[in-house]
Order: sequence, then C-alpha cells, then structure tokens
Amino acid sequence: MGRRAAIVGFGQTKGSSSRRDVTGVELINEAVRAALADAGLGIGDIDAVVIGNMDHFEGVNYVDMWSVEGSGGVMKPVFKVTTGGTTGTSVAISAYYHVASGMFDRVLAIGWEKNSESDTTGAIITAYDPFWERPNMAGAIGGLAVDASRYMHDYGATERDGARVTVRERLHALNNPFAHLQQEWMRGKDAVFLVDALVASKENKVLAYPLRMSDMCPRTDAAAALIFAAEGTAEKIAPIPAWVLAVANRHNFVYYGDLDWSRNETLEAAAKKVFATAGIREPLKEVDVCELYLPYSYAGLAWMESIGFCGPGQGPQLLWDGVTDMDGELPVNPSGGVMSSNPIGATGIIRVGEAAIQIMRKAGTRQVGKDVNVAMATGFGGCYWADVMLLGRKKPV
Amino acid sequence: MSGKKAFLEGRIKVPYKWYAGETGSRFLSALRDGCELWGTRCPGCGRVYVPAAKNCWECFRPADEWVQVSDTGTVESFTIARRPDEMFGLAPPVVYGLIRLGGAGGSLLHIIGGVNPDDVRVGMQVKAVYAEKRSGRILDIKYFAPLGE
Repeated sequence: MGRRAAIVGFGQTKGSSSRRDVTGVELINEAVRAALADAGLGIGDIDAVVIGNMDHFEGVNYVDMWSVEGSGGVMKPVFKVTTGGTTGTSVAISAYYHVASGMFDRVLAIGWEKNSESDTTGAIITAYDPFWERPNMAGAIGGLAVDASRYMHDYGATERDGARVTVRERLHALNNPFAHLQQEWMRGKDAVFLVDALVASKENKVLAYPLRMSDMCPRTDAAAALIFAAEGTAEKIAPIPAWVLAVANRHNFVYYGDLDWSRNETLEAAAKKVFATAGIREPLKEVDVCELYLPYSYAGLAWMESIGFCGPGQGPQLLWDGVTDMDGELPVNPSGGVMSSNPIGATGIIRVGEAAIQIMRKAGTRQVGKDVNVAMATGFGGCYWADVMLLGRKKPV
Repeated sequence: MSGKKAFLEGRIKVPYKWYAGETGSRFLSALRDGCELWGTRCPGCGRVYVPAAKNCWECFRPADEWVQVSDTGTVESFTIARRPDEMFGLAPPVVYGLIRLGGAGGSLLHIIGGVNPDDVRVGMQVKAVYAEKRSGRILDIKYFAPLGE
C-alpha cells in the first residue's frame, strides 16, 4: 500500500473550443498557479512534477522539457506519463506513487491538451499498429460506436437510453463554471422532454451508427493540476485532505478484435481491485459520488454495470430512476463529465480533481447535497484501458 | 514470399496550427512590422527573455515588463552543418549559432550568414539582417551577420 497520501490542491482552466490567447505552456501555467493557490503553496514547496498529454495532439514530443516555463519544473525532477485517454488518471496515479513510495512529500500532477491545434482523429490514428489497424482505423468514434451497437444488441437498449445519459451530463455541466459545453437552453427543463428533443432533432446528425453528435464528447482546450502530499504534511496544507484509498489500472490488448465487446473487462477488473482494497462490498451504497471517464453517452449505461453499480443490462433502469442525478443515491459526474469537456490529457486529472473537491467540500455550485466519504474517479483510454482511483474523507486503514 | 521481408513505408501526417499566444504574438508582430526585437523582463530577478516569455522560469511569476533589446549580439557558440538532410529545410553549409543579444538573459538559436563559414568565431559581434518579406516568424530575421569592420 505504501505511505498514506492525499490530494491537497486542485486547479483547472475553463474548457473552451480554442484558447488562442495562450500557448500550451502558458495554459499549463494557469492550471499550476490555480492548484498552488488552492493549496496555499508556492512552486518552491513542490518536490517533483509529473506531467502528461498525447504527443501527436500538439505535435510536441517532449512536453516535460518544453513545458517548464508553465509547469515550474525548472531544476526539479520531472516525469512524463502518456497512456492515451487514461493519461490524466495515469499522471495522478504516478504522482500518488511518488508520494506513497516515501521519496517525495509534495508532488504536482499536470494534464493538459490543446485539441484545437491539431486534428484529433488524425493524431489518434497514429496510436494504432501501422500494419494491421492504422490503414483501416477511423479514429475514436468508430470504436465507441461498435461498443454501443453491441450493448444495444445484448440488452435491447435504445437511443433514448443513450440520450438520457447525455441529458444528465449536460444538466450537471450547467452547475460547473469550468465546463466547456454550457447548453443554457436545457436549464430547468424536464429530462424526458430533453431526451425527446435530442432524439427528434434533425440537426443532431449521426456520426457513426448509433452515435449522434449529442452522444459524443467535445474537443476541448484546457489544463488541470493536482497536488498530492504525504501523511503528516497533507493535514497541514488542507483542512480536509482527500485521501487516496486505493488505485488500480488495467491494460489489455492492442487490437480491437481481441476485446470482449460484451463487457468492459479492464474497468471491471480495476473496479473490483479498488473495492477489495478499500473493503467496499456494496459499491452503490458505499460510494457517495463518482467522476467517471464516460467519453460518450452509452458508456453511462454499460460501464456502470462493469464497475458493479448494477447487474448486466440494468444500466438504463438505474439511469431512468434518477439514481445518478445530482439528487440521487449516487450522483455521477456533478461536473458534467467528459461529455461536457474533453481536453484529453487533462480529462483524467479533472475526474480525480472533481472527485477530490467533493470530499474537500470545495465543489461550490456542483457540490452534492449529501456527505461525501468515498468518491470514485476513473480514466478510459488506449484500446479499452482503465484507471481507477478511490478517494476518501478518512485515511485508509 | 520466401526470402522477401515485408515492410511498409509511411509518414505521420497530422495537420497542426500552433497559436503563439498574446505574448508571442506581440514579439512576432514587432519583428514583422518594425524589425524590432522585444523581450520581457521579470520584475523579480530582472532576467530578460528573448524571444519574450510570459512567465519567468526561475521566479515562477509573470515576466510582464516589455523591453526592446538590441539586435546586435555576441556569438556564444556555433557549428557548421555541412551534410544535407532531407528532414532539415536549409541547404548546407549552414552556420548556426547561439547569439546573446544585448540585455538578454539567454542566447537565441539562429543562423549566422553573410560570412565565410570558416571565418566565424566565438565572441564575434553579429547583427540581425531582416528578410525583405516578413510573415511573423522567427526567420523574419534572415540571419545574423558580422558587424562591419
């Protein structure tokens, strides 16, 4: 388990389609300053920096070097971590390892992306094998559409179920001043009305069956940073530190054809592992809030089942019952989630940070209206890879 | 198939559009429009960044005092690239060097021209020669040439 560690600071920039006023380095700087201010620390208090993004999204191969003006990494240990969509959560887990190992007391974790500066699909294709999948691969949307098709086939889910996930994320995003997509027209409207509107809309084009525009995350420019601190230090920095209870990551195969499309087996395994470590037997009852990396709507059905919040095929029922809404038993993505902001390398950091501020009671207008003792954050990426981090109000045993 | 080693030839093709940001844009505009070089000074340590940087690397605070710097400087070190390379856009021999402009805290990586490569020396004084057609890029400085005798 290592030394106990907690999150003591979080900062992020507001998500937007294009931040032309700053370079990537300057964007990183804004998030780092916000995180340091949140923790009441200076850059001199930081012992090491972990940073991540996806190289081909900005065409810069060496972000750990290139970013020091922004990261504050000058003359400090700086480590780069890149694991695709899970980059942000992997950066967070790596920063946690730095502290848990006993080697560093205060570690800065940074994720960022300026998706506006490249072609996201073109960049994602470079992640695939040049012989076997790159010539045929159509980027991220196709793979997710295959996932959705299979789920609809297996359990009879409909596009209304997918749209209901979108509606939840969009309504939640209206509470989050940092969210990229702010669909004001939805404010105060009934969920069923909004689902009907999305499904009936002719402007809501199909991208890859069954996914329409409203089923997908946006491309976002943003940066985010977290500060992890060791037991003994954390309590002095933060009135309520968010303690790391457990982390797990699972990576599986490289080729799409090797995956079991009837389930998300990496998320299933990683969730099982963190629940076992934290002694959680009934996840739906014992987890108080979630920030899940759901890059498209149907993930909010199937992946709830993979985590173990409900049984196979029960995702839609959980959703329509309102269990995952802000006032439900298990609020999912009070921030509006990935569906409302996806600055890829920062996305996982934001999940962890948003989970942490629910415990720290710093979530402002998106603070859930109940006690938060256990919060869960996930990352998704690669060819169906999963990262999971469980945070708690109390120190782990 | 026997004896043949299968291979693919490829090239990563991803389009990019990098924004210089407000600080970089101000530097590039002054270069393009007025053949002027501007830096930013950190109010904390006094270091001057050329090209302009938004934040001081050492002090981790905004370097927000704009100062014009001389376009004459000293060659801190240099080399002569003599071998052509398909991935390198300039025709050899290319002298490239580190030029410390008056007042700057660091050197600028740029090209040294208007001189026989064999005559370039560390410590030589050089001055910016500007491109006739300028478009807001670092190569709006065509090269740095030795100061006249």
